[in-house]
Amino acid sequence: MDKPILDVRNLSIDYPISIGTVEAVRDVSFTLEKGEALGLVGESGCGKSTLGLAFLQLLRAPGRIIDGQILYHGNDIVTMKNDALMKMRGRNIAMVFQNPLTSLDPLYSIEDQFYETMKQHEPKITKAEAAEKAGKVLEDLSIDKKRLYEYPHQLSGGMRQRIMIGLGLILNPDLLIADEPTTSLDVIVEAGFIDLLAKLRREYNLSIILISHNLGLVAEMVDRIAVMYGGKIMELGTAEDIFGKPLHPYTEGLIGCVPNIKLDQKSLVSMPGSPPDLVNPPKGCRFSPRCPKCMDICREKEPELKTKEKGRQVSCWLYNK
Amino acid sequence: MDDLIRIKNLKKNFPVQKNFLDLLFAGAKQSYVHAVDDISFEIKKGEVLGLAGESGSGKSTTGRLLLRLLEPTDGTIEYDGEDITNKPYKEMRSYREKMQVVFQDPNSSLSPRMKVGDAIGHPLKIHKKLSTVQRKEEVLSLMEKVGLTPADFLYNKYPHQLSGGQSQRVVLARALITNPEFVVADEPIAMADVSVRALILELMKDLKKEFDLTYLFITHDLSTAKYLCDRIAIMYLGQIVEIGSKEELFNNPHHPYTKALLSAVPVPDPTQRRTEEIPRGEIPSAINPPAGCHFHPRCRYATPECSASRPPLKNIGGTQYSACILE
Repeated sequence: MDKPILDVRNLSIDYPISIGTVEAVRDVSFTLEKGEALGLVGESGCGKSTLGLAFLQLLRAPGRIIDGQILYHGNDIVTMKNDALMKMRGRNIAMVFQNPLTSLDPLYSIEDQFYETMKQHEPKITKAEAAEKAGKVLEDLSIDKKRLYEYPHQLSGGMRQRIMIGLGLILNPDLLIADEPTTSLDVIVEAGFIDLLAKLRREYNLSIILISHNLGLVAEMVDRIAVMYGGKIMELGTAEDIFGKPLHPYTEGLIGCVPNIKLDQKSLVSMPGSPPDLVNPPKGCRFSPRCPKCMDICREKEPELKTKEKGRQVSCWLYNK
Repeated sequence: MDDLIRIKNLKKNFPVQKNFLDLLFAGAKQSYVHAVDDISFEIKKGEVLGLAGESGSGKSTTGRLLLRLLEPTDGTIEYDGEDITNKPYKEMRSYREKMQVVFQDPNSSLSPRMKVGDAIGHPLKIHKKLSTVQRKEEVLSLMEKVGLTPADFLYNKYPHQLSGGQSQRVVLARALITNPEFVVADEPIAMADVSVRALILELMKDLKKEFDLTYLFITHDLSTAKYLCDRIAIMYLGQIVEIGSKEELFNNPHHPYTKALLSAVPVPDPTQRRTEEIPRGEIPSAINPPAGCHFHPRCRYATPECSASRPPLKNIGGTQYSACILE
């Protein structure tokens, strides 16, 4: 197999604030192979979006990477200079955000938004060339070319979301980071989005990182899943393994508390308590205060993410004896 | 079982705002958004009826019409055998005690300047003559029941000091303090985190038993509807396209729109990935909805007959009704 497209090593991110330091991401490591789709799942505040922004060095102050490496084709993004980052964003790694209405400029026509994106990386491109390229991408996204001359407010939510993807793909990146891409969409539009991304993945040989709290969406789309809690990866494995036989008690709880339309559930798993305060994270395992299988050691020492079997890692004392 | 709510031929049109130039040149013809377009159903005592559909299908408008938070354009609403469609404001007050509502976003339905205890006790102030001490006692005992513990401690907190799950519990408690019979829950868990959702759903189930409630549960998420509801009505562009018990609807969906909706729901199980085609296109405008069956432009079984007239809801066995001409 080739070298991985993305190799994240021991990444830690802090947000220093007035009352202390928020340990948003701690010691996260994983790799992403070419053409692979990885899901980052977890609840709000688990660090998944912070992680997504870090891949493009888009963290807003006071957030900063305090340790670790993000190797994209072997080059470390963490130490990269601003010029190099500018060249890489959009061309090599693209990002699709949650709310397309706030990510599109309401005063620019769709054509201008495409033109501006392309001009950034190919200064000599003419508007006509840009429009032709953009038209082709729109066709792939099953949007009529005429829409190029419209403004964001004239499009439906699903269309705006597809325009966002189009803008992301226009420069042929090989990695797409999608942060809750379907949260504002209806189920049928969402299903269309899932099909579209699967098609684009085949055609453009895209690698995808999907950040979402929607387990259904993740199960439909990705090959591997990293479950995050309190800024750390709790479990990493193939989608089949994670859903089929979850190892970590948090993964188990998370899956059990989602209503599944194919099942006749009599009750849902309840996970009382709330996510940890990351300024003062609990001693030991960060999930220990809510864990139904908590042992003495869990409250004392933090478990490490260890390989359980091939392609399967888990951070839990139940398996790290 | 008796019907608690019965609505007949309910309609709600919202006039479309026109700008000056339109009025000047296009003539003064007023156009309308047909948000709710001639729907009828009943909710039995002690039942959970789910109202599901995409955004813009009119499900929230229906919920508000039932509570007379919006005035219907046409049709009747009966509550416990009594026609409340045209009840004057003063008489509606006694009904407001029995009919309550929970909205999607707890933070925007709680006043940021009102303490939790005061917010929950406020409906009591309006509907019941109690002393301050009695009111506080009632509030505290309900707070215990909805899991807002320690109640004494949380009583004096402000909404911004609560977690998302706690705020939604406050909203639930406020709805239940007057001891209502009927609660409209409009996407009560849409804003919450996954684990909080499960807790709120379980709580709603427990409270239903404890307080002997009837729910209208409005949601876009069919998985949740299946978990909580006894019967489900599917709405599309202001109309009910199919209604039936949970078992009938999920095991044997009849209307092509219901089928599409069901197959589009993402399943949290990678071994059950969807293989069916989903309908193309998006929900059309409710200002000029397609003629006949509103779904026909997106329906793969559409025939010329479908665009001619609107198919009525017809019984297709048991308690299941579908508005489709297909056999």
